[in-house]
Amino acid sequence: MISINRYKCGYCGTCVAVCPAGAIELVGAWIEIDGESCVECNNCVKICPIGALEVSDESKK
Amino acid sequence: MSLKNKYDVIVVGAGPGGSMTAKTAAEKGLNVLLIEKRQEIGSPIRCAEGVGKKSFKKFFPVIKDEWISTKMVGVRIYSPDGTLVEISDNRAVGYILERKIFDRDLACMAADAGADVFTKTRATDLIIKDNFVKGVEGIRLGESFKVEADIVVGADGVESKVGRWAGINTTLKPKDIESGAEYLISGIPVEDLCEIYLGNDIAPAGYVWAFPKGENRANVGIGILGSKIGGKIPFDYLNEFVKKKYKNGKIIEVIYGGIPVSRPAKTFGNGIMLVGDAARFTDPITGGGITNAIESGIYAGEVAAECIKEEDTSEEGLKKYEKRWRSTIGEENDRSYLLKEFFINLPDGGLNALAHSINKIKITELSVKGLMRELIDKNPWIPAKLAKLFKKK
Ligand SMILES: Cc1cc2nc3c(=O)[nH]c(=O)nc-3n(C[C@H](O)[C@H](O)[C@H](O)COP(=O)(O)OP(=O)(O)OC[C@H]3O[C@@H](n4cnc5c(N)ncnc54)[C@H](O)[C@@H]3O)c2cc1C
Ligand code: SF4
Ligand code: SF4
Repeated sequence: MISINRYKCGYCGTCVAVCPAGAIELVGAWIEIDGESCVECNNCVKICPIGALEVSDESKK
Repeated sequence: MSLKNKYDVIVVGAGPGGSMTAKTAAEKGLNVLLIEKRQEIGSPIRCAEGVGKKSFKKFFPVIKDEWISTKMVGVRIYSPDGTLVEISDNRAVGYILERKIFDRDLACMAADAGADVFTKTRATDLIIKDNFVKGVEGIRLGESFKVEADIVVGADGVESKVGRWAGINTTLKPKDIESGAEYLISGIPVEDLCEIYLGNDIAPAGYVWAFPKGENRANVGIGILGSKIGGKIPFDYLNEFVKKKYKNGKIIEVIYGGIPVSRPAKTFGNGIMLVGDAARFTDPITGGGITNAIESGIYAGEVAAECIKEEDTSEEGLKKYEKRWRSTIGEENDRSYLLKEFFINLPDGGLNALAHSINKIKITELSVKGLMRELIDKNPWIPAKLAKLFKKK
């Protein structure tokens, strides 16, 4: 699972552009991640300019 | 005013690309809908707002004063060891726009030309019948809607989904996108010149920019290639730079954004075209995308009008859109993409050597091509394959 720090996110959409699964949606000033379709590639985590995304602890390793 | 059930063209996204598509199509007499998911057009900006004068002017018979924040007379590029390469002229060679005003004005121009414009209206999917795009599904102020159209234009920016919904894969690999962060800093000394700082310690496979906005302000930002990010994030690099260079400046605005530095995507299909960042039209070497968004928007508006008149909005009919952008945006992208591949693998020593070779020359023409020709002239080690692309025809 990817968790979002909404206090950091600047809703720029960079993460959306690199998500191969189309799992992220930028809704105006809000991003949503669909955990069901996420394939845990971590592209979004690495690309975010501000480090607002993290792999959260519950994720199955 | 409410949404109609059917339009000739629906444009998704009211950035420069979408507004110019809508404006052009409406001027050609089409029934046009322009939708924008944000509640305010142009805000927050995701841009350093710089455009070349020549490439910008050709699209507008009149350039309004309120669009322009600063007229810039040149660009200063600093290599990793601080060597300066200056490209400048006595007159303005470019503008730093005020995009919050400019983007909104373009949308107004589309509306004035007859397009319906709706903000806080987001496309969530396409209506597809028999492999043909037939319209848009979306949400407006919490209510779902469906609107039909002969052509849908995806002008939905870096986060584009319109292409994907139509089966066009526009996903960017980390090596094909710059991750950016920018401050508007006030209270600092600025000149009417754009500054660019290169170096693998400053901005790995990217650069730091400082673009003047008025007398004592500048957009100071950074872009770092996705595949080179590890440990430090772009925001950290920016903060380090700003701390060193603009200790006394005050940060008035913070923005983030991604800049495609890829090949263009497939840009058309049955009943669909992509323009601007959605089509991945930013220049892979400069990161500039405003004028390409405008240009592709104009082409898409024209092609929409022609194809609707000819009653062929199929992939075959819309093929002429690509033909049109290939010779301009496409040719430039070809060069810039290969140039990017060269530069991202260049160690600091190489960047310094390039700067040393031309730092005494007076360069007045602001273009990647002009600069490259000078470099190729002085540096025979630049691969012939690359040099060939910049030869005078
Ligand atoms: C940090 C940074 C600095 C830059 N600096 C420069 C520069 O100095 N010069 C330059 O030329 N370029 C620069 N660029 C690039 C430039 O900003 C873009 O190329 C340009 O904005 C592209 O215009 P566009 O119309 O294609 O997309 P955008 O301007 O991104 O507009 C897309 C619009 O579509 C809307 N949208 C998206 N999805 C939907 C949906 N589903 N429904 C409805 N609406 C939707 C968005 O809200 C947005 O308003 C920079 C980019 C960044 C990130
Ligand atoms: S890349 Fe980061 S800042 Fe930008 S929308 Fe995604 S999470 Fe937010
Ligand atoms: S981890 Fe990969 S698949 Fe999951 S949301 Fe991020 S980019 Fe998309």
